[in-house]
Amino acid sequence: MDARHLPLVKRLLWLIAGAFAFAFAMVPLYNVLCEVTGLNGKTAGPGGFSIGGLIGDPAAPPSPIDHTRTVTVEFTGTVMPGLTWEMRPLTFSLDTHPGEMQMVSYLVRNTSDKPTLAQAIPSVTPGEAAQSFHKIECFCFSQQALAPGESREMPLTFIVNPDIDKSIRHITLSYAFFSIDGRRLASAATSEAKP
Amino acid sequence: MNTATTTIPVAGAHHGDHHGHHQPSGVLRWITTTNHKDIGTMYLTFALIMFFVGGLMILAVRVELFQPGLQLMRPEFFNQLIGVHALVMIFAALMPAATGFANWQIPLMIGAPDMALPRVNNWGFWLLPPAALLLTLPFVLSLFGIGDGALATGWTMYAPLSVQGGFGVDFAIFAVHLLGVSSILGSINIIVTIFNMRAPGMTMMKLPLFAWGWLITAFLLIATIPVLAGAVTMLLADRHFGTHFFSAAGGGDPILFQHLFWFFGHPEVYILLLPVWGLMPHVISTFSRKPIYGYKAQVYAFMAIGVLSVVVWAHHFFTVGMPTPALIYFMFATMSISLPLAVLFFCWIATMWRGAISFETPMLFALGFIVLFGIAGLTGLVLADVAADAQYHHSYFVVAHFHYALFAGGIMGVMTGVYYWLPKWTGRMYSERLGKLHFWLTAISFNLTFMPQFFLGLAGMPRRIPDYALQFAEFNAISTVGAFVLGFSQLIFAWNVWQCAKGGAKAPAKAWEGASGLEWELSSPPPYHSWETQPQVA
Ligand SMILES: [Cu+2]
Repeated sequence: MDARHLPLVKRLLWLIAGAFAFAFAMVPLYNVLCEVTGLNGKTAGPGGFSIGGLIGDPAAPPSPIDHTRTVTVEFTGTVMPGLTWEMRPLTFSLDTHPGEMQMVSYLVRNTSDKPTLAQAIPSVTPGEAAQSFHKIECFCFSQQALAPGESREMPLTFIVNPDIDKSIRHITLSYAFFSIDGRRLASAATSEAKP
Repeated sequence: MNTATTTIPVAGAHHGDHHGHHQPSGVLRWITTTNHKDIGTMYLTFALIMFFVGGLMILAVRVELFQPGLQLMRPEFFNQLIGVHALVMIFAALMPAATGFANWQIPLMIGAPDMALPRVNNWGFWLLPPAALLLTLPFVLSLFGIGDGALATGWTMYAPLSVQGGFGVDFAIFAVHLLGVSSILGSINIIVTIFNMRAPGMTMMKLPLFAWGWLITAFLLIATIPVLAGAVTMLLADRHFGTHFFSAAGGGDPILFQHLFWFFGHPEVYILLLPVWGLMPHVISTFSRKPIYGYKAQVYAFMAIGVLSVVVWAHHFFTVGMPTPALIYFMFATMSISLPLAVLFFCWIATMWRGAISFETPMLFALGFIVLFGIAGLTGLVLADVAADAQYHHSYFVVAHFHYALFAGGIMGVMTGVYYWLPKWTGRMYSERLGKLHFWLTAISFNLTFMPQFFLGLAGMPRRIPDYALQFAEFNAISTVGAFVLGFSQLIFAWNVWQCAKGGAKAPAKAWEGASGLEWELSSPPPYHSWETQPQVA
């Protein structure tokens, strides 16, 4: 190669390396962005709510219930390929006031002849509602084990935050149950089980 | 521009294949060549072959869609055809054609003796045939009962479908890697050539617009191809190495793939179009016998489009559920691209204004390009509208829109360039009669194929499905007839080029009376080594 081209070629190679690194930097950046904005429907943690009111400040009053508004919450679930389970919500839909605590459950059954370990991953639509949807107790916080043929009611307790945008009157909560093949889900439980 | 008597010897212009030296002949000449003209010819030939390969795939699809119901193929095979058709047309036909133009024309137009990195240039080309093989091989393997065929996810390779797909996905991933490396090598070469090897006196603002268009394209490739390579590498890792970049089960997110893919995918549209926008003004000015109108405006418009193209990607998936502010940002950012684009349209038309226009084949294609590509731009505005897009997303409206952009804009733009420069490359004239026939058949059958698809999309026919509701039957039948006329018309083109190369009428150095630019000062065809003494640009 003609030596006089070398400096420019080197600079261009740096640009290319930078662009390649940018693709991988997008992975953590995107995650942070989603956590801040709820962009991809990743649900928020309990967000300071607990049974009976706010965590940390026992003197604070229970979260106020906004009786002027009603939000319809719908429940759905999918079992992902590779897992021979069935799941269905026992409540398909309910109306709740923001700030009101609700409890529902899913009926989950292992239809295979093997004991299986699986993890449910939640997602909220529309994405804007994700940040205002607080799960206080959820079967998705930990891995679930079912014996062959065993079925179980798996509960979920949640509060829709009163700060939820006034335009949102409908929320869909969806779970996807993934089989745990030993390694794939190592980080899933930790990222979702934040207290 | 004119050549003065001053001659400047060029350092590094002489590579292994200097005049006096022994040069391998036959096949070995083409495998080892580092000459920009040889490599340009190989790129263009490869592009033409793959154009027909990709075309055959989509004709099979159009036969299936001729009538409602499934008659010819399994849905899986249909899915494979549409995705591989797109990858072949974009990466193996349009992009190599544009790179072939760059190889032939940039050294001739800027007065350089060759490309700056001739050896790299050779590697860049020879990565393409193995990549094309990787893309199409799974079809052949499945005939022998090996595997379940090619990539069946559509060209976008969206996760999680592509995480679950058969080994056709792996073949496509490796093909994309090879194609990406090839484009990167080509881009480095073009940038270095333009920056370091211009003739003395040719400042950046005297650079031919074709070179400017390619320069922006090269930078876009360097910025975005590595991101695509990163995305498909993550996909490969998700498929085989237990990572979970795109798997919600592992805390990943399939939507991330869409962001990464379209961060590359939207600029890719301009990567395909900028070389064409670069050559258009030369052709229009030649046949209008007027200088290019608004040279500076066009250069700045290229730059503006280049910058805007990397900040609008999410308009391809408005419907995934983005926060409203993001939707609004991506909508307005996308629409703002129409401003610099309108500047280009204005300049093209202003160049023709009151010109002494004649309608040779390249000019016909240029005019067809302006009208039909205009339709692509206007329908693009419709799709950029968040509210309207919710209705038209993933419908045939989108398919029609991007074929107006990439066939009428891309392919017809490439045809413009081929007819314009063919006399220069071969030293012979093609048949005007056949060229005009080719143009009219192409323009009419193109509209016959794709105009009905706008109506199908408006009526709600989804894309990428081998069957459809009865009410869509008439328009689909028309579209299939159009596609066959369109496909077979291209044989006239191949025949015309072949006849021209084999023995058309001799072409003068300046093949078109209204042409200007350094390339027309060389003989037709130019000598194997041209501009070894660089011209002085006034
Ligand atoms: Cu786009």
